[in-house]
Amino acid sequence: MFHLNSIQDLTETQIDALISLAEEIVRDKAKFREACRYKTLATLFYEASTRTRLSFEAAMHELGGNVIGFADAASSSATKGESVADTVRTVACYADIIVMRHPKEGAPMAASLKSPIPIINAGDGGHNHPTQTLADLFTIYKIKGRFEKQTIGLCGDLMFGRTVHSLIRALSRYNDIEFVLISPEELRLPDYLKEDSLNRSNVTFRETEELEGVIQELDVLYMTRVQRERFFNEADYVRLKDRYILTRSMLRNAKEDLAILHPLPRVNEIAVEVDDDHRACYFSQMLYGKYMRMALLMNMLEVSL
Amino acid sequence: MNIDSIQNGIVIDHIRAGNSLRIYRYLELDKLACSVAIIQNCKSRKMGRKDIIKIDEEYEVNLDILGYLDPDATVTFIRDGKTALKRKCALPDKIINVIHCKNPRCITVTEPGLDQSFRLADRERKRYRCIYCDASMQA
Repeated sequence: MFHLNSIQDLTETQIDALISLAEEIVRDKAKFREACRYKTLATLFYEASTRTRLSFEAAMHELGGNVIGFADAASSSATKGESVADTVRTVACYADIIVMRHPKEGAPMAASLKSPIPIINAGDGGHNHPTQTLADLFTIYKIKGRFEKQTIGLCGDLMFGRTVHSLIRALSRYNDIEFVLISPEELRLPDYLKEDSLNRSNVTFRETEELEGVIQELDVLYMTRVQRERFFNEADYVRLKDRYILTRSMLRNAKEDLAILHPLPRVNEIAVEVDDDHRACYFSQMLYGKYMRMALLMNMLEVSL
Repeated sequence: MNIDSIQNGIVIDHIRAGNSLRIYRYLELDKLACSVAIIQNCKSRKMGRKDIIKIDEEYEVNLDILGYLDPDATVTFIRDGKTALKRKCALPDKIINVIHCKNPRCITVTEPGLDQSFRLADRERKRYRCIYCDASMQA
């Protein structure tokens, strides 16, 4: 049994195996219809989610399994003051695997210390979001056919953007990756990520505040939302929220095979007019995410056909 | 200045000057029933100035805490007035319930009964990180 707290809990070989399994699922969905029959997934979402929760639930249903859980902390015993550790020990009596989203950083890790069943981190505050990274990786792989030799632009909230943190950690392990970190000064990537992931792996990166000045160099552009829920001060959020808006005219100088990704939900950072551009990949990214989560559930439940 | 030599006990030597009171506090030496001498700011050929702590009783010193507080300190165990064992300190790979995470978004702030656990992330820079939220702490 293993828990997935961070993308670093998976080796490159394990990620490759998940991608292979996800590809197999895409090719022949019917074959996997009963792969998780009699298995139950518990979704413990202490914080709002549309895509991650529904895609996990859809993934389990498509594998023939069952789903229980709660969609916000208000409908759980957390409101009565129950600890995360007690909640997972309770839920472990009714389920085979837990997916948890929590506003506190490290909550799934704290849960995994007490849980007798596998825990999947579905986002812990501004810290990690490894299954979004698996979706991102599968999307890049499907569109580009490789991870190596790419210039990846990450734009927006790089400070609290947990999807960005996990993606940097994952891609830093591949060769000839260059990151362009595009953010306002207040929302720059935390130092610990630069030290632990970029500097330690000798990954080339540079920081800039201007998206238009670098867009022509990028193979992948990963846009993020400035998240209101991460700010203690509303005025800071209002000042920064519309700092970057990707429009069709900005794409004039971009490469023809640029892949535009976004973990969604978006607010204003990608204009709706970009949705029809062939380079917009964020809707297929959600679908790829479901297949990757199906592969992950099978892997962590140690189910094979 | 003279401090009586110890028959049975331990000497923590080569403490960075000014660091002895912090070590005294973290090791909870005030809770010992025996005499404890803190010698501050004495001359050292190697360090220029240093502190020394002498404990007049056999005592199981927590080398992880001491290593975190002062990785250059040495510990000498004295038995029957002679050196029985000498240990050098080093930064421990993990420290548990010694320091507290200062990140207000960390689960350790709200979850009861959780150990405050840090792992050594960068030995050169003496940097530890909370195992839950990755918040950084300098040794």
